[in-house]
Amino acid sequence: MGIVFNKGGLFTTVQDYGRMGYQNLGFHVCGVMDRHAYWVANLLVDNTDREAVIEFTICGPTLYFTSDTVICITGGDYDPKINGEKIPMYTAVKVHKGDELEMGFCKTGTWGYIAFAGGLDVPVVMGSRSTDIKCRLGGYEGRPIKDGDEIEFLSSVKSLPLMKERRLETPDYGSDVVELRVTMGPQDDHFTMDGLGTFLLSEYTVTSQCDRMGYRLEGPVIEHNELGADIISDGIAKGAIQVPSSGQPIIMMSDRQTLGGYTKIANVISVDIPKLAQCKYPQKVRFSKVSVEEAQRIYNMERERLMLLNQRFIKKSLRHRLFNHWKK
Amino acid sequence: MSIVYPRILPTGDRALTVELGNEIDEKINARLMGLIKTLTDQRVKGIEEFVPSFRAVLIHYNPAILSYSDMEKIVNAALSEPLRELTHHKRIVKVPVCYDSQYGPDIEFVAEHAGISVDEVIKIHTSTPYLVYMLGFQPGFPYLGGLDERIHTPRLETPRIRLEAGSVGIGGGQTGLYPMESPGGWRIIGVTPVRCYNPDKDKPIPYKAGDHIKFTAIDRDEFERLREMDLRGEYEFEVED
Repeated sequence: MGIVFNKGGLFTTVQDYGRMGYQNLGFHVCGVMDRHAYWVANLLVDNTDREAVIEFTICGPTLYFTSDTVICITGGDYDPKINGEKIPMYTAVKVHKGDELEMGFCKTGTWGYIAFAGGLDVPVVMGSRSTDIKCRLGGYEGRPIKDGDEIEFLSSVKSLPLMKERRLETPDYGSDVVELRVTMGPQDDHFTMDGLGTFLLSEYTVTSQCDRMGYRLEGPVIEHNELGADIISDGIAKGAIQVPSSGQPIIMMSDRQTLGGYTKIANVISVDIPKLAQCKYPQKVRFSKVSVEEAQRIYNMERERLMLLNQRFIKKSLRHRLFNHWKK
Repeated sequence: MSIVYPRILPTGDRALTVELGNEIDEKINARLMGLIKTLTDQRVKGIEEFVPSFRAVLIHYNPAILSYSDMEKIVNAALSEPLRELTHHKRIVKVPVCYDSQYGPDIEFVAEHAGISVDEVIKIHTSTPYLVYMLGFQPGFPYLGGLDERIHTPRLETPRIRLEAGSVGIGGGQTGLYPMESPGGWRIIGVTPVRCYNPDKDKPIPYKAGDHIKFTAIDRDEFERLREMDLRGEYEFEVED
């Protein structure tokens, strides 16, 4: 009852919301790069918002189903096909025992996701199923998926109610310049007025040096003042924009180290981190400043929108399950 | 430009940084641990995680439950309370180390550099508990303060590609241990036979920021005995609380 990977793909891992609560001991948070795509994939198949999914990049996996289930594919477009036939993304899709799901090469975006109704049965390590590659911890034996690996489902779900309505709009990753909203700080006082102006008015290019740990950008040098580029090392939040003495920004992502000694000029807002995650070389980005209050309002609006949708499905699903139970 | 501490700095829309000073100082770190203890004991719904460092703490919170201004109020209230200094409550975790040259390839260099004997290096290194300022770089890697100046030793010119898990070393004015196998440029003076990183345990790391680590010297027989014990999952760290 589960999946067998005929092809593991280039870099495929099990990820969830992340390993929270252990950063004080030096453990990386890890977790999915694109929380929006992750949330939506789980929502459309009635999983909780913390369920583990498969994340892949550049060249996706090919997998074989040993039982029926419902899946949802989100994130970058990898031209997904079941038994050679194209299937829609951002849509719940029924699959059957014996089906083969093939993900191709990345056409748009960077990170792709597959959620499975019922979830993936890999052990929970320190509260999370996320793979920590560096510590060889969690996920599937603490490593990327290889050809021939098998993962069982936690529970068997053959179908869900309202199948036709289980779809959401596919985000567009194609814009010329991606706008990333940021909140300033914590070390924006380490920059000159010119430096702050450069940061907020220039375009930066996403370089090829991007991975789960961080994204390096390239563009006009952001100038520090006399306080300099180094600080006494402290904690790093996801989306923190570090500026070392080179003046070139590095944005910290899921596998970031827990502490760092570079100045952090600003932080990408939660709702925009997924947009950044899906950028690749040579995408241009621009930063615009919002207040923390505004960023939190945007976050809560997005959250409520998805929660409403979620509740509609869940209510229907509960009724569906109760009804089936009563029939027996 | 003069900065007044403590200060609260926004760090994105779901975290904030509280800085208690701008130097690496045992007192500042103790106040920081006191602040974290106060806030932890309040069990505020919506506060998710504390990431302490030398003189600051990053507090993660859920913006669906707490706004930034809620958080400012909570932190300011905790800061205005008399902060519990944890100095009179010292938790000391003892870490056994074999300083035999088989395990500590650089201990003779450290002795020569200091102009003392190997035995004296061991005596100095094991004489005092070291404050764990923070953990980072890799899970369980402690940033320790208080190394005796006599055994300060410059780092290797070229870092080693692979250090055994449990390697104990000196890097400049710092001492510490590598809980996991890793590359590293510190002078290695010994190895602990017991795992300071064990994700299968309830407490994957035996110490935390604010604790102290005291190294104790063991011989090769004891090294083997404790390693066996640890592999069977029976080793418990000795703790003075």
